[in-house]
Amino acid sequence: MYKTSIRGKLIQGDKSLSKISQDILAPIDAKTPRWWYIAMTISMAMFGWGIYCKYVTISTGIGTWGVNNTVGWGWAIINFVWWIGIGHAGTAFSIFLLILRQKWRTAINRAAEAMTVVAVGCAGLFPLLHMGRPWLFFFIFPYPNTRGPLWVNFNSPLFWDFVAISAYLLISASFWYFGMVPDFATIRDTTKSKIKKAVYGFFAFGWTGSSREWLRFEALSFVLGGIAAVLVVSVHSIVSTDFAVSVEPGWHTTIFPPYFVVGAIFSGFAMVLTLVTLMRKLYNMTDFITDSHVDAVCRILIFISLIMGTAYLTEIFMAWYSGSQYEMFTFFQNRITGDYAFQFWAMFTCNALIPQLFWFKAVRSRLWIVFIISIFINIGMWYERFNIVITSLTKNYLPANWATYSPSIIEIGFFVGTLGMFSVGVLLFFRYIPMIAVSEVKSISKFNEEIEPKEHH
Amino acid sequence: MTACDVIIEIEQLSLVLPEKQSQKYNLRSVTLTEYTKLNTFLMKTYWRSLEELQDPKALRIQEAREEAKQKSLLYKSEGGNGGNSRRDFLRTLGFSLAAASIVASCKRPVEKAIPYLVKPEDITPGKANYYASSYYDAGDYCSVVIKVRDGRPIKIEGNELSPISQSGTSARVQASILNLYDGARYKGPENLSKKITWGDADIEIPKALKEISEAGGRTVLLTQTVISPSTRKLIQQFMESYPGSEWIQYDANSSSGMLAANMRNFGQRAIPDYRFDKAKVVVSFAADFLGTWLSPVEYTKQYTAARKLDDGQRDMLRHYQIESHLSLTGSNADVRFPVKPSEEAGIILALYNAIAAKTGAEQFSGAESAVDVSSLADELLSAKGKSIVISGSNDENVQLLVNAINKLLGNYGQTVLWDSALLTRQGLDREMTQLNADILAGKLDGLLVWGVNPVYDQANGQELEAAIRKLKLSVSFAERKDETARACQYILPEPNYLESWNDLEPKMGLYSLAQPTIAPLFDSRSVQESLLTWSGTAMTYGDFIKSVWESDYYSKQSDYNDFRLFWNYTLQKGVFETPSSADISYSDEGLSVAVTKLPESQSGTEVVLYESIALGNGKYANNPWLQELPDPIAKISWDNYASVPVAYAEEKGLVNESVITVNGLELPVFIQPGQAKDTIAVALGYGRVYAGKVGDEVGKNMYAYVSEENGSRKYRIDNATVEVVAEATFPLALSQTHHSMEGRPIVRESNLDEYLLKPDAGNELHEEHEKHHATLYKEIEFKGHHWGMAIDLNSCTGCGNCAISCQAENNVQVIGKEQVRNRRIMHWIRVDRYYSGDPANPTVSHQPVMCQHCDNAPCENVCPVAATPHSAEGLNQMAYNRCVGTKYCINNCPYRVRRFNWFQYVNNDKFDYNANNDLGRMVLNPDVTVRSRGVVEKCSMCVQRIQEKKQEAKLGGRMIEDGEIKTACQQSCPGNAIVFGDLKNPESKISKLFKDKRNYHLLEELHTLPSVGYLTKVRNKA
Repeated sequence: MYKTSIRGKLIQGDKSLSKISQDILAPIDAKTPRWWYIAMTISMAMFGWGIYCKYVTISTGIGTWGVNNTVGWGWAIINFVWWIGIGHAGTAFSIFLLILRQKWRTAINRAAEAMTVVAVGCAGLFPLLHMGRPWLFFFIFPYPNTRGPLWVNFNSPLFWDFVAISAYLLISASFWYFGMVPDFATIRDTTKSKIKKAVYGFFAFGWTGSSREWLRFEALSFVLGGIAAVLVVSVHSIVSTDFAVSVEPGWHTTIFPPYFVVGAIFSGFAMVLTLVTLMRKLYNMTDFITDSHVDAVCRILIFISLIMGTAYLTEIFMAWYSGSQYEMFTFFQNRITGDYAFQFWAMFTCNALIPQLFWFKAVRSRLWIVFIISIFINIGMWYERFNIVITSLTKNYLPANWATYSPSIIEIGFFVGTLGMFSVGVLLFFRYIPMIAVSEVKSISKFNEEIEPKEHH
Repeated sequence: MTACDVIIEIEQLSLVLPEKQSQKYNLRSVTLTEYTKLNTFLMKTYWRSLEELQDPKALRIQEAREEAKQKSLLYKSEGGNGGNSRRDFLRTLGFSLAAASIVASCKRPVEKAIPYLVKPEDITPGKANYYASSYYDAGDYCSVVIKVRDGRPIKIEGNELSPISQSGTSARVQASILNLYDGARYKGPENLSKKITWGDADIEIPKALKEISEAGGRTVLLTQTVISPSTRKLIQQFMESYPGSEWIQYDANSSSGMLAANMRNFGQRAIPDYRFDKAKVVVSFAADFLGTWLSPVEYTKQYTAARKLDDGQRDMLRHYQIESHLSLTGSNADVRFPVKPSEEAGIILALYNAIAAKTGAEQFSGAESAVDVSSLADELLSAKGKSIVISGSNDENVQLLVNAINKLLGNYGQTVLWDSALLTRQGLDREMTQLNADILAGKLDGLLVWGVNPVYDQANGQELEAAIRKLKLSVSFAERKDETARACQYILPEPNYLESWNDLEPKMGLYSLAQPTIAPLFDSRSVQESLLTWSGTAMTYGDFIKSVWESDYYSKQSDYNDFRLFWNYTLQKGVFETPSSADISYSDEGLSVAVTKLPESQSGTEVVLYESIALGNGKYANNPWLQELPDPIAKISWDNYASVPVAYAEEKGLVNESVITVNGLELPVFIQPGQAKDTIAVALGYGRVYAGKVGDEVGKNMYAYVSEENGSRKYRIDNATVEVVAEATFPLALSQTHHSMEGRPIVRESNLDEYLLKPDAGNELHEEHEKHHATLYKEIEFKGHHWGMAIDLNSCTGCGNCAISCQAENNVQVIGKEQVRNRRIMHWIRVDRYYSGDPANPTVSHQPVMCQHCDNAPCENVCPVAATPHSAEGLNQMAYNRCVGTKYCINNCPYRVRRFNWFQYVNNDKFDYNANNDLGRMVLNPDVTVRSRGVVEKCSMCVQRIQEKKQEAKLGGRMIEDGEIKTACQQSCPGNAIVFGDLKNPESKISKLFKDKRNYHLLEELHTLPSVGYLTKVRNKA
């Protein structure tokens, strides 16, 4: 199916299988570069500030945030949705591209999955700590109890949300981890350090690479992948119901589930692009993460960007078509114009217009432009969530309640903290885990040899 | 013995201890050390052996060692090879688990309640008692019923039997309960900040008074208007026993001009009884009679009664308001003319002339009128004898003219009555001015200050303070800290009105009693008792009142033929009426002179100093409930501010929170629609410097700018110098920032003529939405009750009483200026205020909004933990214990009535208000949970009141009667705007109101099915 002659080589530089292992695993055994320490220090500082802000939040109360009795949700929920969206990339890459039999994904999916796990971890902190009494978060579990029993409210989207996110975190973490087991075994077998041997040996689960093990491995990937494929669609659909089930103007709309899923994949891919371009630059992975990879992701982004633009316009059209003055007000007087016009237009420009530059090959082939645009998309997607959460809440039904919202330093710190947490996670991943799935890359390496392309088992 | 057992045993111990010891140990929790102490205390010393008797400590140590040795041997033998066995591990594990669970389960401190040995007859713990009493302060009178729970007064309700306040209260009356538990109250008598005893005071002060008297010196007793007949009597006695002493009544917000005019026209130092319920046309010149003028609760009752339409009434009072700053009264007026204060006199004169021309009376020439009054005059003449013309001016000449107008209109004896004249304001400003000058000039020797604070509210306060310090004798009877008391030698604190006896005569022929509802919390003594003692009468004030009533009033009735019965029943009812009539005739003395001395219209900027609805004359500045009550018009709390006209702000580039200087004083700007051109308004009552933690340095003291004109206080600055302070800002705590309804059908209104043609005028949408209500789901059926509430927008004046009443009933916390500004105010009921029309003179709508108790509540289905379910009686409930604080319900409430506890508001030094000390917390209602940090709260429709009445009915074996249950906001509403009841009962008032054509539900198009209905506002524009 896959014609190398048409698509070009998947791995550059005529590498042998052992050379592939060597090249990919090199950073793990090599001396830690200086930039890594610098980056790690900065990330830890951000992370530390975040921890301080979380401490303040828990000890003093969410009164330390900018939210109020009109705008009950602020940056916490914006960032939650944003991180969850980013967390979509890994699974989307692994599963959808697997289903579509896109072999090129193998060079990227490990990084994408790692990103997913860290991002979902970051995301989970927000709904937990935005609770008034986070120490009672377990009330949201439907656990048997002696109070009746008193169950959770199965009608509440927040409960669905909780189930969806925890399932997603569990599945994506397992999927990511089990995919790494053969690579851990490779490190265990090649490394000279005793400590590393022991540590990687532990995580390798005694993997020997027998046919039977590979058979089980494939089966497990298949099962987890199957579950994850459903979750990719369900998680963000359910996150969207946090809004869509309400009566708030601008929230109460049926377009939200597909709109959120597509938006999530959009931001996820953009973040993958950001990371992968960095990885390629920092670790000279040009042979594995080739120009055609970047090119492929850019093309996907053009397509998704068009969907996003359509979704935005549809929302505006529906607001007008509904004839509801509350909807009209929200879209026309509090988004397109009004106090939050900047945020709306930032969203529209970053998500629907700027990615259209990818139509030009000259843009796609310049890595630094691609990097910058990917950052723009990340920002644009953040503004999208800002638009949804804040504009609807600030000016809703009764004008007497209208209020403005601006984040407090604690809220900002919390967000910066998760950025720090994310980069700490990514840096640890760069340093201690094979960035590219060695075993999977090897499986496509034969395409480099000019043999008759066959379908991969 | 587990830890639990220890505690239980301690509890039992405390019961058998001798009284003194049990007091010592009868604390909230008893620690283990104390337990051992207790044991030692209880036990005789027993000994087992001679060794123990000789050296018990050594023996015990030895025994312990032996035991430990044996135990370790035991463990070793079990473990086999000497190491820890699995059994050991399990044992340790089991022990630590058990220990942990015991510690966890016994965490709560033990609190003891000791039952009465002999139970007082009328006190049942957990059940409230109600005592009739009377509130009177700073000219505000209100007959009240005090709710006393377990010995603590916790809530004030209006007394239904009073013909004056008729179960209504004002926000200030509601909040006065908190003054009882104010930390700024003086704890006992002091002499120059040193504690003294009452005995010392009773020796030293009469001695000083006598010395002054004998030396021919002068002593002045300075009080606010005293309406207590017994007190007036004993003050006379007191003055007789100290010749040369004098009594001066002084009202900071005075009606001196009116009194002077009435003394000329009628020979009465009183104010006639205005009956708004009998009027068809009311013309008010800057008299805020629904907010602060004379007797606002009474007037609100009458005014709203004259504008009710729900009982098939087809006629309504029409109200004209001519004023400069948008007052609460002005916001309710049908027609309002914004004018400069100096133009008012000219308009009144023009009105007089127009009426005089038609009635053939003498006309006077004078300044031109800023408003065309010819149609107004015609309307007044067509309602002859059924109109009221009033003026808030404190100028005698203006009041003479107003009296003349009322005379021409034949209102005396019809709507303006002298038979039941109002006595609550009797201070003549010229007396105080003279006194002020005398103090400065050193012509005074002794000053006894009671209930007034001239150092704060006289323009030359600081000089006055210095001069008072130099007096031979200065005594303050202040209940709590104030600036004048600080300057006095002696502070002899009077008790709170809830701790004392009193009798009052607010109107001629109308008497009421005040009784103590709690033993004095501090070492205070009523002023009357001090005066009695010093004038040589050894009698308590309570007995004195009784004797006065026995001699003076007992004979005026025929219902009871025993004084004791008369007294007891009057005390129980709180009020006593005797028919009174006054033969008073009008003489137009001074009118022709007065019209030549009317204030002339000025060209410069005029600053109006008005009385704030919340703080009044500033006496209650330390009351956090009042400080946090948003102004009914501006919706600002915790500050006074300069209200500037919209056009002025545009011209000068000012926005809210900009800063301007008025005659050098920096003030924050608030842009007030309806503020007249070239005027600025600033509230009085702020800027106290010695009021207590809460009230110090809140706002600016505008009394410093009150001057004198024609012998009375002038609450206005003419030709003020106003300058913009560039780039300065001052934060203001606004609880509402958007003022337009944006064309949404939120407050639905119509005019009387439209309403008479079509009762659902303005409410056509209601039927439309009712038709479209459809659901796929099974509709809830209510088998028992279905509680609902109806709010008549025509009766709500927006006064804010409900917010404070609710706050007192439901333990709503105060959060301070910064948090109010962050839009986190906790009030369960808020009054939304919208403007429409011309910003220079807008139409105003007030709408109280609380939880709508939707039967299809959006908040309920989004809560993940089911913390806010629907009751079988249609109430939307909050289970605080269950709430984890996701705030989704707040977001999904279209009415935004849910309140979040963003911080720990109780017991938190960052929120140092009444809930941060034991004294202030005494006001808490034990029937209502105090919410902790992180949970959502909201209006419960006073579910505790519903339950109480349901239980009473159940015990009585009867059905609940309609109107038996009253919510806190409803019970004391001075406008009777709120009706609560059972929608399942077709005969109930609420069911009838829900069927009224004026009824609609807020945001009914959302199909939330609220249990709260609103009746459209009907105006009466010409």
